[in-house]
Amino acid sequence: MRTIRGQVAVVGIGETAYYKHGQSPEPEFQLALRAVLRACEDAGIDPRRVDGFASYSNDRNDPSRLTAALGLPELRFSNMQWGGGGGGGSAAVGNAAAAVAAGYADCVVVFRALAQGQFQRFGAAPPGGTVTGEAALTFPYGLISPAQRFAMRVMRFMHDHGVRPEAQRAIALASYHHAQANPRAVMHGRPLTPETYDASRWIVEPFRLFDCCMENDGAAALVLVSADRARDLRRPPVYLLSVAQGSEYRNAARGHNAPTYATSSFTTVAPRLWEMAGLGPKDVDVVQSYENFTGGVLMSLVEHGFFAPEEANDFLTFDNLVAPSGRLPLNTSGGNLAECYMHGLELQIEAVRQLRGESTSQVPGARVGLVISGPMVSPVSSLLLGTADTL
Amino acid sequence: MPRPVPEADGLDAPYWDGTRAGELRVQRCRSCRAFQWGPEWICHRCLAFDLEWVAVAPRGRIYSWERAWHPVHPALKGHGPYIVVLVELPGSGGIRLLGNLLGDPRQAVEIGAAVEAVFEHHADATPPFTLVQWRITP
Repeated sequence: MRTIRGQVAVVGIGETAYYKHGQSPEPEFQLALRAVLRACEDAGIDPRRVDGFASYSNDRNDPSRLTAALGLPELRFSNMQWGGGGGGGSAAVGNAAAAVAAGYADCVVVFRALAQGQFQRFGAAPPGGTVTGEAALTFPYGLISPAQRFAMRVMRFMHDHGVRPEAQRAIALASYHHAQANPRAVMHGRPLTPETYDASRWIVEPFRLFDCCMENDGAAALVLVSADRARDLRRPPVYLLSVAQGSEYRNAARGHNAPTYATSSFTTVAPRLWEMAGLGPKDVDVVQSYENFTGGVLMSLVEHGFFAPEEANDFLTFDNLVAPSGRLPLNTSGGNLAECYMHGLELQIEAVRQLRGESTSQVPGARVGLVISGPMVSPVSSLLLGTADTL
Repeated sequence: MPRPVPEADGLDAPYWDGTRAGELRVQRCRSCRAFQWGPEWICHRCLAFDLEWVAVAPRGRIYSWERAWHPVHPALKGHGPYIVVLVELPGSGGIRLLGNLLGDPRQAVEIGAAVEAVFEHHADATPPFTLVQWRITP
């Protein structure tokens, strides 16, 4: 079987300080540069050894400009994962790994930089004007923002399977709980109680305020090299065990006409992920699952096989989701809800920290970590990481 | 601040012409007879570039819904909440159409409820257009 398993490793991670939306004192491109340099420093690699970049969601910080700004000798690989939202977060890592495995490049940085305060926010519509194409079918009805675009998928899923609001709440509470231990987290020092969650305003039913991700400024980066080179570097390599991306049959049919509607888009992706790694849900020690909205996490965990939809109410409890002792520790840095909305790349970094034993909410002895990127968009992606002894 | 105005493109103009005439027109393949929505240049079922526009009965059932409270567009400030419904048309290949559910914006909404289309004309807009909205079938 063709596989990425064990061929490529993450050897460096880096991020800027994480800021509330609009509060970065530096321009977005400068944030990107800092994240790249910090990831190289973490890896103990001279930044001038970087020869490729991969990103997603139309990141504005062009690899050619990065290469020129950093004085890199040569650019060998430049890659953009198609699709908006955070669905490309794991795919970008997979694309970078594929380039290393294929010999296109030797040292590829995956990065994402966002200073939404300096550009258009995701959560607010551009004002006025005319709309065409699919937007003509949605915008005039006030179906505009990501929350509005995905709420009906979750509403249908909860209806079909009798999922209660407390299941979404548990996901939010777990993220906020983990953020209290994480000094990098934007919501560090801002604990969330069930009472505060229940009293929070609706954004769009079935999502309350705390079901929705933040919008933040910052940048994050990971350095990937081949497994052979990784062994000589100073940090314990974290190996890719598998990566999968895509979406099911006609997921993006316009006007909400996907035949499988109540989905996180992982029904075909997740089985390929497990097959490539030769692992299953029971082998996973810790999960980072992209929270655009808590309902998306809920469906992602179902579609990755952790529990049946009808078991969601029983499985998704605060106790089950928190490190160190929960059944399935989830979003152990605080994730998009409470650490930083670094468009999900902070989840990749947290997965690496867990497998190095360096998380602020460490799962003891974690060997296999799952990262799920951008539920409900198309394409989505997910990946499995493992320590050396999983190979 | 007016709401966003939909404008026809080369693909969906027959739909917007239909709504202005009080008809709900969707795509159907001349070759394999499959209904198709949203509009596309090719039939997803048989790959023929031979789609026609047919009027369908403007009645369906609520497949899913949401109630939006947070105003994400300047036109929505002070106008919340409002309900968006996704309506399945069982008589027309199970295609789904979007729209607002008219009536009390705080009403209880039931998946599976029968609804019928209301053609909401915006004759003074530039360009003029008609939206398909939905109300619970009396």
